[in-house]
Amino acid sequence: MNTESTKQIWQILETIPDPEIPVISVVELGVIRKVEFTDSETLITITPTYSGCPAMKVFEDDIIKTLEEKGYPKVVIKTVFSPAWTTDWMSEVALQKLLDFGIAPPQKGTNDKGVLFASGPKEVPCPQCKSTETKLLSQFGSTACKAAYTCSNCGETFDYFKCI
Amino acid sequence: MDINEALIKYCLRLGDDAMILGHRLSELCSKGPYLEEDIAMTNISLDLFGQTRMMYTTAGEIEGNGRTEDDFAYKRLEPEFQNVLLVEQPNGNFGNTMARQMLFSVFYYHLFKELQSSSNEKLAAFAAKSLKETTYHMRHSCEWIVRLGDGTEESHWKVQDALNEIWSYRHELFEKDEVDETLISAGLIPDTATFKSAFEASVQEVLDRATIEEVEEGWKSTGGRIGHHSEYMGHILPVFQSIPRTYPNSKW
Repeated sequence: MNTESTKQIWQILETIPDPEIPVISVVELGVIRKVEFTDSETLITITPTYSGCPAMKVFEDDIIKTLEEKGYPKVVIKTVFSPAWTTDWMSEVALQKLLDFGIAPPQKGTNDKGVLFASGPKEVPCPQCKSTETKLLSQFGSTACKAAYTCSNCGETFDYFKCI
Repeated sequence: MDINEALIKYCLRLGDDAMILGHRLSELCSKGPYLEEDIAMTNISLDLFGQTRMMYTTAGEIEGNGRTEDDFAYKRLEPEFQNVLLVEQPNGNFGNTMARQMLFSVFYYHLFKELQSSSNEKLAAFAAKSLKETTYHMRHSCEWIVRLGDGTEESHWKVQDALNEIWSYRHELFEKDEVDETLISAGLIPDTATFKSAFEASVQEVLDRATIEEVEEGWKSTGGRIGHHSEYMGHILPVFQSIPRTYPNSKW
């Protein structure tokens, strides 16, 4: 395996945006798990954020198209489910980008698994006015990975990227 | 029974449960009680379809005859589906939808918690992934049962009625046959009996908070796991399979 080429591929992948949240790349999202070469293939291992995430097909098509355009041989996407994707894999830079985009980033360590009742993390600051006077509107927001919150201070409704 | 044969059946059963419930929830797309819940229903539906795909693909891989997820979803007939009757039951009012969802999600939450330590890599990965999603589905439905039960006089009797209607369908989730016994003895899946009391305790906690005093105990549902379905299933499949049956092998 050629480490130089692997590095280049990672750099190319960093230019491919998440179709739903175009400010972060597929690398920053943490869905790319491995880049490998075999004799005739470029093998990219990915893992879905949510098992039914409709954006995954777009990820795959974008990765194949971008790499093939750059002249890489037969690009093959392999999907793995283990270890399961977690919001902990998103970089600090990615979290800041989410916030700047108007999405409250996941608050690490707040995924209280095993509880029948929960109303999400205690405080989700509004990405617009930074007020902590916010409340959960629905555990399911515009996509499966987000919850809908509303800010009592500025009146904005915003997405919160759930911790999983 | 051969382990691989049992594994294929088990994967299809889990896939069928998720697919039929996913379809039921998708029927609420644009018909939810209000916008946020409409979106919640379709999001849960998507998660369930994702879980279905994992299980159907795994079943196809073990089988090794080239059958794909689409073949299992679109090219099987009613008696070949082995989902529990619970998931076929109609959406009814929102209380009915949530009562069905609560029993399903609480059961699968407890199952996935155990199944994620399966010695079968695929099942373990599937369970660990699905557990994260199911935890959200469970909280969502449990909170709604409480909100409706501990809500107005009308929402209380409606959710009480909904629970009475769906209650008998929980038994089937714990049924075991040769498929389960084979996999349990091979250490590949947990015995549902080991978490039955945890399931009951979780449900009881929800009912207590929802001020539901007693749910009527009736008959015990059975048959889904051997392909004997309720009449509803006969109406679900023609809708679900209409496109591939009308335009066989079409690509989109």
